[in-house]
Amino acid sequence: MTKTLTAGLDRLPGVDQVGLEARAAALSTRSIKTTSKQWAIDLAISMVDLTTLEGADTPGKVRALATKALRPDPTDPTCPSAAAVCVYPDMVPFVREVVGDRLHVASVATAFPSGRAPLDIKLADVAAAVAAGADEVDMVIDRGAFLAGDLATVHEQIVAVKQACGSAHLKVILETGELQTYDNVRRASWLAMDAGADFIKTSTGKVQPAATLPVTLLMLEAVRDYRIATGRQVGVKPAGGIRTSKDAIKYLVVVNEVAGEDWLDPDWFRFGASSLLNDLLLQRQKMLTGRYSGPDYVTLD
Amino acid sequence: MPKFEYAPAPESRSIVDLAASYGLFIDGEFTDGGGTAFKTVNPATEEVLAEVAEADQADVDRAVRAARKAYQRVWGPMPGRERAKYLFRIARILAERSREFAVLETLDNGKPIKESRDVDVPLVSQWFFYHAGWADKLEHAGLGPNPQPLGVGAQIIPWNFPLLMLAWKVAPALAAGNTVVLKPAETTPLTALLFADVCRQAELPAGVVNIVTGAGETGRHLVSHPDVDKVAFTGSTPVGREIARTIAGTDKRLTLELGGKAANIVFEDAPMDQAIEGIVRGIFFNQGHVCCAGSRLLVQESVAEEVLDRLKARMATLRLGDPLDKNTDVGAINSAEQLGRIRDLAATGDDEGAARWSAPCELPERGYWYAPTIFTGVTQAHRIAREEIFGPVLSVLTFRTPAEAIEKANNTPYGLSAGVWTEKGSRILAMADKLRAGVVWANTFNQFDPASPFGGYKESGYGREGGRHGLASYLEGTR
Repeated sequence: MTKTLTAGLDRLPGVDQVGLEARAAALSTRSIKTTSKQWAIDLAISMVDLTTLEGADTPGKVRALATKALRPDPTDPTCPSAAAVCVYPDMVPFVREVVGDRLHVASVATAFPSGRAPLDIKLADVAAAVAAGADEVDMVIDRGAFLAGDLATVHEQIVAVKQACGSAHLKVILETGELQTYDNVRRASWLAMDAGADFIKTSTGKVQPAATLPVTLLMLEAVRDYRIATGRQVGVKPAGGIRTSKDAIKYLVVVNEVAGEDWLDPDWFRFGASSLLNDLLLQRQKMLTGRYSGPDYVTLD
Repeated sequence: MPKFEYAPAPESRSIVDLAASYGLFIDGEFTDGGGTAFKTVNPATEEVLAEVAEADQADVDRAVRAARKAYQRVWGPMPGRERAKYLFRIARILAERSREFAVLETLDNGKPIKESRDVDVPLVSQWFFYHAGWADKLEHAGLGPNPQPLGVGAQIIPWNFPLLMLAWKVAPALAAGNTVVLKPAETTPLTALLFADVCRQAELPAGVVNIVTGAGETGRHLVSHPDVDKVAFTGSTPVGREIARTIAGTDKRLTLELGGKAANIVFEDAPMDQAIEGIVRGIFFNQGHVCCAGSRLLVQESVAEEVLDRLKARMATLRLGDPLDKNTDVGAINSAEQLGRIRDLAATGDDEGAARWSAPCELPERGYWYAPTIFTGVTQAHRIAREEIFGPVLSVLTFRTPAEAIEKANNTPYGLSAGVWTEKGSRILAMADKLRAGVVWANTFNQFDPASPFGGYKESGYGREGGRHGLASYLEGTR
């Protein structure tokens, strides 16, 4: 990383916490009803990175999840597929086996979730994920280095991981819950984009708070401004803590009004989530039939 | 066509029970008026909402006498702790009926339901709660051991925040032990008349609050009535001057809250995205019908281009249209007359060589509408930099140094409010110290709180409303 980048990061405008949170709160009062709600729910389903990141994951568990991602609502063929299935590297082959080329397969890597491993081990982790068939890699940044002010290390590692990804898309997890301040989140967003991130992602889901509306709004401002500055579009993925359709729609409103409609596409915006999908399906059924069903009418995988 | 089209999400107007005609509220009763009844319309559709009585001189006299009687017999002698009960009750009823008030305010005024629901009506209730708390603590207001009410207050309020301005006037007056005769603006009388119903629901003694509707003539009768002890006016500077002349030489007390031409000052180190929001909130909130609107944007020249690009992009996302739709950001201009004034003054901006840019939004065919607009290349010499437009029109000026920003910000006959946007705390304090404006907002704009005094310098008026200082406008010290 060059000195100019550090200087550039220092010149980013500050974030006023009160104002940012007020803007997020104001946008979340948008009332999305009827046809627009239907459209938003289908879009949200198509943006889900259906995720399982447990020590107890097994081939059987991830196969079931992959099947669900392909056909989230087995009773309704018009229901869109999820965007991707997101698992640990050793589970990638079992997902690929089920989804073939029909869905993206995302793998966390780089000693997820803490990222506390030597670089060569992180890179081997990435290489293993890609070799196993992942076409998207969700890496974590070295938050320790970031908080210690060693931005160069953070930058170099992202560059190295990007290289190890080859043609696989790189999502860079900032772990905003550990960066704590909005100024840090903005700086880390630009750092990651400059280092080659295809997506910037809020959280691992292992740290609280995970995704929040204001932090996602801030990252959407960052990708918007980065495209204005460089011409390159970067995606955003909030992950962790988004559980209801109502929440998902608030995020889509923020995408629409902050970054713009170019980002209203699974190529540019994703939800990292597990339980969200079922709530979206329940709401979708409600919109189509006019009746609320119950948890037994969506599949548990 | 946009990808994400928001389907209409209108708030239901069935919660409001509109009568075909409304009388005056005098001495606890609705009565006919002696003047010529007038119609109030929904500015978004030009639909007539109701017919409203006009109070003539005799009606005003009846109202003042009712207020005097209530002051002498009931409200003045009543212990503060008892008055507080009524005010708390009013505050609670307002909160309980908030949806009804919000819909009615939006119908009569044209402001978006989002604002009447989330800003106006909640603040109204807060204003009564806050002042209810003062009613039994007046000896701690710093005005001496036993401050006394003034008597009968004549209160004249504008059409931009009809119910909120009522609360700003009525709550402190009543808390301090005064009784009032209030005249709402002729284009927005309906929420005041619904407030009369709240007074009855709260069993407020008859004559404590009287509401007389009408236009300028009714206002003149009220201001010049010999038995009025205090006049409180919010509105335009020309009318404020006329009122001051009328009561000159009498012992009536006067507070005036008049026009403004506030500078919203953006430094190069501002939190940029939030500053853009603050500019938008500063001038497009309530269609710019805000006396403290940030109608002059002073932006540091080094970031002017960037700020304007971002501002235009943000303005393009503003949703203008049906005020009752929950997703509407910008509603209707309150009246044909006001729309004419905005058009005329904006036209001088074109004539004097400023560059106009308007948000690309479609204006409805019926009703009174004006697209959010900015003028760039404006200097201190342009009329649009000096005169209050009172509409969604922003004049953009640049500055080079903090000293120049102060000089330009203060170089106006007005002095109601100002805004400063910078990440540097010391600069905020230095600017606030030198800005000649009653309210200075730092990294925010158009924020209101009942505990905070509000009022102007110079031609923006005198006296303060809100907080302990506002209370003093309704009390006689005994020191």
